[in-house]
Amino acid sequence: MSLRITLDKTDSRAFDEFLIEARKVPEVTEIQTFLGRVDMRLNILARDMAHYQQIYRTRILTLPHIADIEALAQVATIKTDDALPL
Amino acid sequence: MIELDETDRQILAILVEDATTSAGALGRKLGLSQSAAWRRVKRLHDTGVIAGRRVDLDREALGFGVTVFLGVKLATKGRVSLEDFERAVAAIPEVQTVHHVLGLYDYRLRVVARDLSDFERVLRRRIMTLPGVGDVEANVLLSEERRPGPLG
Repeated sequence: MSLRITLDKTDSRAFDEFLIEARKVPEVTEIQTFLGRVDMRLNILARDMAHYQQIYRTRILTLPHIADIEALAQVATIKTDDALPL
Repeated sequence: MIELDETDRQILAILVEDATTSAGALGRKLGLSQSAAWRRVKRLHDTGVIAGRRVDLDREALGFGVTVFLGVKLATKGRVSLEDFERAVAAIPEVQTVHHVLGLYDYRLRVVARDLSDFERVLRRRIMTLPGVGDVEANVLLSEERRPGPLG
């Protein structure tokens, strides 16, 4: 499950505080920061939807400075070779 | 699902950080003999828990300074088959990963480029010309960290 998060940037510590707390969630497997329409993306690894729901409610929604969250559920991986076009 | 005990999970946690850790080093860390550690690693391989090992390349050292995530929405769903889009997008060398997702977008692509003008070339010549492509949203990656995950 991929969560695209927009932060409340009126607080200058928003990025740092969010990152510190997000690192403490064991189910978070990737943290990326962006320049664009969203600020952060977290990759969440859950056993099933019930487990995801529980993580989402207890660990994600409680993270600081969140302004908006969008979820993208991964259906299939079509390509993942991480190769570079050398 | 394959039965794993606490030691198996610890072995996986170490190997995820450094896949080249030897059976001897694993054994010393976990208080196992080298051969016991080796047998456990072999079982993890044989049962497919460890699906493979890969080399982690430094993109920037190789001159790929820009990573962009693209959210792509297909314009004409149904008319252009998903297979055509998927085959075409997977063939682009600059596209590292393609995920079919549920939500705001249909596909999520990870694209590498040497710099922003190189990215523009990829976007114009390769992405915008894909069959059935509609809305495209770009987010430039600033930082990335991978976490070990909820193992054990």
